[in-house]
Amino acid sequence: MTVEFELNGVARVFAGDPTMPVLWYLRDYAHLTGTKFGCGIGVCGACTIHVNGAARRACITPMSVVAGLKLTTIEGIGSPAQLHPVQEAWIAEDVPQCGYCQAGQIMATIDLLQRNSDPSDAEIAALSNLCRCGTYPRIRRAVRRAAVALRGGKG
Amino acid sequence: MSAMAMPSRRAFLQMSLTAAGGLLVARYFPLSAAVEDTDGGVALGVFIRIDPDGTVAIGARNPDMGQGVKTSLPMLIAEELDVAWSSVRVEQLPLGLVARTDAPGVTWKYGDQGAGGSTSIPDSWDDLRQAGAEARSLLVRAAADWWSADEAILSTRDGFVRHPDGRALAYPMLTRRAAALAPAARPAPLKNAREYRIIGTPTRVVDAAEIVTGRAQYGIDVYRNDSLVAVIARCPYFDGGIATFDGSAARLVPGVRQVIVLPGPKPGEPITLNLATGVAVLADDTWAALKGRDALRVQWTRGPHAAESSQTLARQIEMLLRHGKGKRIRDDGDFDAALKRSATVVSAEYYTPFVAHAPLEPQNAFAHVESDWVTVIAPMQQPGGGARAASEITGIDRLKMDVRMTRVGGGFGRRLTNDYVAEAVLLSKASGKPVKVQWTREDDMHHDFYRPLVQHALRAAADRDGQLVAWEHRFVSAAKYYRRSDVKPDDLWRGDVYPDDFPAALVPNLRLEWFGLESGMIRGSWRAPAHTSNAFAVQSFVDELAQALKRDPLEFRLALLGAPRELKYSSHGGPIFDTGRMAGVLKLAGEKIGWGRTVEKGRGLGIAGHFTFGGYTAHAFEVEVDPGGKLQIHRCVCAVDVGRPINPLGIEAQMMGGTIDGLSTALNLEITVKEGRVEQNNFNDYPLLHNADAPDVEVHVVASEKRPSGAGEMGIPTTAPALCNAIRAASGVRVRRLPVRDQLAKARG
Repeated sequence: MTVEFELNGVARVFAGDPTMPVLWYLRDYAHLTGTKFGCGIGVCGACTIHVNGAARRACITPMSVVAGLKLTTIEGIGSPAQLHPVQEAWIAEDVPQCGYCQAGQIMATIDLLQRNSDPSDAEIAALSNLCRCGTYPRIRRAVRRAAVALRGGKG
Repeated sequence: MSAMAMPSRRAFLQMSLTAAGGLLVARYFPLSAAVEDTDGGVALGVFIRIDPDGTVAIGARNPDMGQGVKTSLPMLIAEELDVAWSSVRVEQLPLGLVARTDAPGVTWKYGDQGAGGSTSIPDSWDDLRQAGAEARSLLVRAAADWWSADEAILSTRDGFVRHPDGRALAYPMLTRRAAALAPAARPAPLKNAREYRIIGTPTRVVDAAEIVTGRAQYGIDVYRNDSLVAVIARCPYFDGGIATFDGSAARLVPGVRQVIVLPGPKPGEPITLNLATGVAVLADDTWAALKGRDALRVQWTRGPHAAESSQTLARQIEMLLRHGKGKRIRDDGDFDAALKRSATVVSAEYYTPFVAHAPLEPQNAFAHVESDWVTVIAPMQQPGGGARAASEITGIDRLKMDVRMTRVGGGFGRRLTNDYVAEAVLLSKASGKPVKVQWTREDDMHHDFYRPLVQHALRAAADRDGQLVAWEHRFVSAAKYYRRSDVKPDDLWRGDVYPDDFPAALVPNLRLEWFGLESGMIRGSWRAPAHTSNAFAVQSFVDELAQALKRDPLEFRLALLGAPRELKYSSHGGPIFDTGRMAGVLKLAGEKIGWGRTVEKGRGLGIAGHFTFGGYTAHAFEVEVDPGGKLQIHRCVCAVDVGRPINPLGIEAQMMGGTIDGLSTALNLEITVKEGRVEQNNFNDYPLLHNADAPDVEVHVVASEKRPSGAGEMGIPTTAPALCNAIRAASGVRVRRLPVRDQLAKARG
């Protein structure tokens, strides 16, 4: 059995174990290591990616279900030379401490802002990705800053 | 991984530490002719390389686990080098060990490269500034030669040497001349603090662009050709072993290459390498290794602690406090006599549970053992310990190793030990292959060096005037220094009791006693170690005393501290405890929260202050407890004095993060024991605080000019007691046992 899908805009074929979580495919085979392993049970969100544009936890998503779908990882969002507005906001608010969860936080935030361009404080705080360093207050500031930027700078 | 290879080959200024820890600018020797890198960069000492385009590469010697030293330590060098921060590129240095010239053995090439105890800033304050100043001094001398001018009339700024007549030379034009100069006779002068342009300036994390784009390299991101991924089934019972095991089904899993038994330490013996017996499955990829581990059939022996549970530990605590004989740690005056004479006696007990570090990046390590060379790449807090473990296992000299620390996905003290590094080295040696060991979250939850469980029994007495005259604190703890090869049995208490902590020397009759709790749980240092538990007990009890004596909690604390003065402090963070600085942060936190004002019904204010590893912190909370016992944090203020702030933005981050770590732990986290093993498994039953429950933290950093302390751990200890003091003020419920969890609802129910 092979699985055909799109990864960061490039067509891919996977012929390995279809039960392999997308997380380990991304890391071990696609060498896209920005998607992190934190819990393996879909609780912490460090492995958040987009599947057809919606946030999904790669550690509990087997390769078999992504056939025909479009996957986007943090590497497909922006690069240091060409940052996404959410990434810019993260730098401006100096969010990262250890930084390990932040790619997942950013993927979850982009998903939120795609669904809701002007989220309330409660909607922002409902982001369920865990941060062990406790960067939550700066994450909230960065989400607000990014929302403003994505709306064209209008508060 | 980008490593700063260049300067490491060409030492100019070698520094080493004296036995007392003081800096010795030991040796100067001129650079050889080969100072130039292939791209034209020139090294000035072991930390600095200046490229032709003016980019200044600065080596970061300590691992960054989120405490920000990859930013703040290079700031010290850049300040004295006098370059624009925007021209600086920071590169992580590998472990630098060199042969000693004065005796057998090895010494640090770059200085101590560990990260723990909030020591990076205070330990680097002198030598890294000096390293920058030495390089700057060479550049000035080179310019003086060029212009035939007296160096005393020259100045520097933003990467240029300036002549008073208006001429200027950019550093890259001077580097080759500078590198060829003979060493100066005296250490280069340091800047006056009034001239600082980088130190004290809010500075963002240097790696931020790499982190937010997923490019930053953590240990888990290390991939090497031909390497195998190892996942280990470890015995879940403390000191248990293997009864029977069958690896045949595991070997049949596609991708699985080897199954290797990994013996652990013998029961009770010091833990210097891996921490548990296990069976490792080595495979082509992580998923195959995980499936292979699932296919193992292992029967464990339950070991000597199979009867241990949280309940048996509680009974043991009771027995020790009632019938045990404690070790007298401190005994000022005559506590018993003072108690008899006193007018008011208050006593209370407090409890803090075992907790896990749970860094978000699960443990992992890459190792490749070759015939006469070892490579280790891992997220480590003590890379020097990693090298020692690798040498102990392989017999290969530490100078024949390439040991690199990646960015670290959270440390909190967990990665001070190198058990996971030892596993990778053991497995690479046994398999003959490069091996990356990968832990799962469950592995991490089951096999930690847990923060010790502690029961505190406190008793204090006041005279008729309400003056505190006697204080007794009995600690029952599962010693942090459990199974440490470098700690004598008589010194086991030293990890759990800091004898000069408040209110020592402030109460005339004061007695501290320690009782060791027997447990098979492996213990270790957890961010701000014993301070987290001890400050909770002491700062909660101080509030209970104030209440009993009808004193305002803040005023009572300030009265206890008395006039500003320096007291002796013998534990880590000393040698001085300054009562004035302690009072200063308490007053600041009180002022910012609006201490003394009337709050709405159902709300309360709470405050606590503590001295941690050289830094002074106070927290103040305004909380609300509704009739159903639901807690809401309305405001959270943190005031901190860490001496001269190096990077205010980083200090704010550490206080904010430490506060939220403290809240997360105080509200919800506990590791429990049943049948000699840990009960929790993952973040579903060890629930870290979510964004929605984390308050904004109003951080106020004291603008001090004192010698700087670190900032990584000061944010935690006062969080729990200030919170619980506020809960008491809001609801009347005194929380004496952490975590808080549903205690408020139960008290109200």
